Amino acid sequence: MAEERLLMKGNEAIGEAALRAGCRFYAGYPITPQNELTEYMSRRMPEEGGTFIQAESEIAAINMVYGASAAGARTMTSSSGPGISLKQEGISYLCGSELPCFYANIVRGGPGLGNIAPAQSDYFQSTRGGGHGDYRVVVFAPSTVQELVDLTILGFEVADRYNNPSMILGDGILGQMMEPVVMRESVTYDPSGKTGWALGNSEGRERHMITSVRLAPGTLERHNVHLRKKYLEIEAKEVRYELYEVDDADVVIIAYGTAARVAKSAVTAAREKGGIKLGLLRPITLWPFPTDAIADLAKNKQDILVAEMSFGQLYEDVRLSVCGKAKVSLLAHTGGGLPTEDEIIEAAGKCVASSEPVEIYPVLE
Amino acid sequence: MTTRVIMAGFGGQGVVLMGTLLSYSAMVQGKHTTFFPSYGAEMRGGTANCSVIVSDTEIPSPVVNEPDCVIAMNIASLDKFESRIRPGGVIFVNSSLVKKKVARDDIEEIRVPANDIAEGLGASRAANMVMLGCVLKKTGAVAVDSAVKSLEKVLSERAMALLELNKKALQRGFEEVS
Amino acid sequence: MEKVFGKPESLSDRPFTYCPGCAHSLVHRLTAEAIDDLGVMPRCIGVASVGCSVFSDLYFNFDFIQAAHGRAPAVATGIKRVKPDCVLFTHQGDGDLASIGTAELIHSANRGEKITIIFVNNAIYGMTGGQMAPTTLIGMKTTTSPLGRQAEVQGYPLRVCELIRELKGVAYLERTAVNNPQNVLKTKRALKKAFQAQLDGLGFSLVEVVSQCPTGWGMLPADSLEWLEKEMGAYFPLGVFKDAKAEEPQEVA
Repeated sequence: MAEERLLMKGNEAIGEAALRAGCRFYAGYPITPQNELTEYMSRRMPEEGGTFIQAESEIAAINMVYGASAAGARTMTSSSGPGISLKQEGISYLCGSELPCFYANIVRGGPGLGNIAPAQSDYFQSTRGGGHGDYRVVVFAPSTVQELVDLTILGFEVADRYNNPSMILGDGILGQMMEPVVMRESVTYDPSGKTGWALGNSEGRERHMITSVRLAPGTLERHNVHLRKKYLEIEAKEVRYELYEVDDADVVIIAYGTAARVAKSAVTAAREKGGIKLGLLRPITLWPFPTDAIADLAKNKQDILVAEMSFGQLYEDVRLSVCGKAKVSLLAHTGGGLPTEDEIIEAAGKCVASSEPVEIYPVLE
Repeated sequence: MTTRVIMAGFGGQGVVLMGTLLSYSAMVQGKHTTFFPSYGAEMRGGTANCSVIVSDTEIPSPVVNEPDCVIAMNIASLDKFESRIRPGGVIFVNSSLVKKKVARDDIEEIRVPANDIAEGLGASRAANMVMLGCVLKKTGAVAVDSAVKSLEKVLSERAMALLELNKKALQRGFEEVS
Repeated sequence: MEKVFGKPESLSDRPFTYCPGCAHSLVHRLTAEAIDDLGVMPRCIGVASVGCSVFSDLYFNFDFIQAAHGRAPAVATGIKRVKPDCVLFTHQGDGDLASIGTAELIHSANRGEKITIIFVNNAIYGMTGGQMAPTTLIGMKTTTSPLGRQAEVQGYPLRVCELIRELKGVAYLERTAVNNPQNVLKTKRALKKAFQAQLDGLGFSLVEVVSQCPTGWGMLPADSLEWLEKEMGAYFPLGVFKDAKAEEPQEVA
């Protein structure tokens, strides 16, 4: 039997996928453009016997998630940039205490209150940890509503596998749009893997303590080395990306999320017109970053064009990946702007024509 | 084939329902489709619009810059979207509320007294369905039968009482244009 | 021979590392005794906060989690909702609870979370070195109010019990002290009542313990007890502020 397709809004699809992944605790606070996710959870979570709390602030929400995760539940929260900024304190504690959780950042334009238009400007915040201390969270970058579903489910699994938060970095378009989607079967979440550390009734066992304080000399460094080893393992095992028409491409576009959708159609359009041969490398994980795959492009002497909805954030990781061995150019929109197919094709033409990297900011020009 | 539609009007004219129904019907027919609404502060103050793409192939961006087709349910929508239609495209104007004519001569203008037609069927609230019926006839984006069948899937519980009226309005709109 | 006194089962063997004369250790002990008396030790979960009591997790024999500054009530909320059969308490100081954590305090109280907050109010930030707290008394000199707290500059000392007594989610609310044996015994009774309110599912409970901090106050421990009675006592009246079980609200002593 063919799988049933549903027409779902991105924000709601994340919520349903989370429930099917066994998430039974959600705490959040309203912010556009992710409100439909919070509203969906308020409606559906009680039906699944879970807990929904509209917290007094994002700070309280992430700390409720911290507590619920410590008690062994699959937990999540969601917000947009300004709210995720407030949650960074709690995310740092989750990482320091090695607790899993999943969250979604449906990015809007910044800095400050900015606007509610789609953006990718929280790239650094997401991929560099984002709060205080030396930590990373696994960052998934879906580009379709179907991927929002699949990567949400994967996000919970990865978080539990490494006892570390994982997140979706979406944007206002992904959160707000509707697309047909195949909803996955509910997984039977087995919390028994957490009985060795989760808080609860301590009858007949050693007591459990969850903390991120390590004052005794050497203990924090030892712990951070342990975290570092974990992060190296994640970098070795969890990198995901998609290649599209890359092999014979003269210029390879590197883009993620909604920008990658536009880039894909630019690749197709340029090839149909018999123009410049474009290809696309779409990171699906932003941390860990597909550094090796991008370095391979440099080995093949291919030009690279980064197309992003932020001012040179993804660009920085791409340049670090090629270490000066390829010409990396940039096409950037920010504050709600979205690159168009034509802009990408035109920018690619400029890349080929120039012996030096070019940086193109269509709104500034 | 790919059809890109922008639908726009006052809040309450059922613009989102129009878009959802088009998108849902496309899905039922096994097509690729995206629906993207105006959201947040943009939708406060009474105007609403949404973009729907229906395609036989994978859809890249759900954002429609150059629509093939615009539905203008009120005058503000005409003013806002007329200039964005691709040359050779179509604009459907709700002539019950919009007396102004389209200025461009490189697009086709189809004037539909949607409120009056819907009124005649029982309630002007179904004007959106009249307009969508016209669009389906003109663009062939999805089959009208599929839209009629999908109605009960997308109407809210509250609006289910108007199911039959909406079906009639869709059919009537479909017959309105040649 | 009958054993009449001993270490409560809920306390670990770890010696307290608080300053001489500090009230935290006494409050920990009373908490442990209350938990023992109620027979709920295995299902207790404590939430440590930030401040002098940051390591309070070391001193107990049941599960514990350490929370960010001010967030203990939110963390306790998350745990309690997942493990409703567990008995949750936070141990927080005045800076943690009444300054940075005011929102979490008020809203967990207002939601009627079935958790118990043990609030140690010694009118000063101890761990960071004696800075002004939200409960620092008018005229009191601290390292950040070197001229003494002035109402027109730094505002007034915050009275937490008075502030939250009107919230419907609050089931039990009492202010006590541990400056003399009678008050110590009253504090233990208050803690038991607060835990009992949680066990009975009545809602949120909080016990504010007006406490001495000889180090932060720059006094000998004995002097600090006297100062507490005279100065703190005048501004922070002791008594039961709310008892959902009692028919009528009780008079503040």
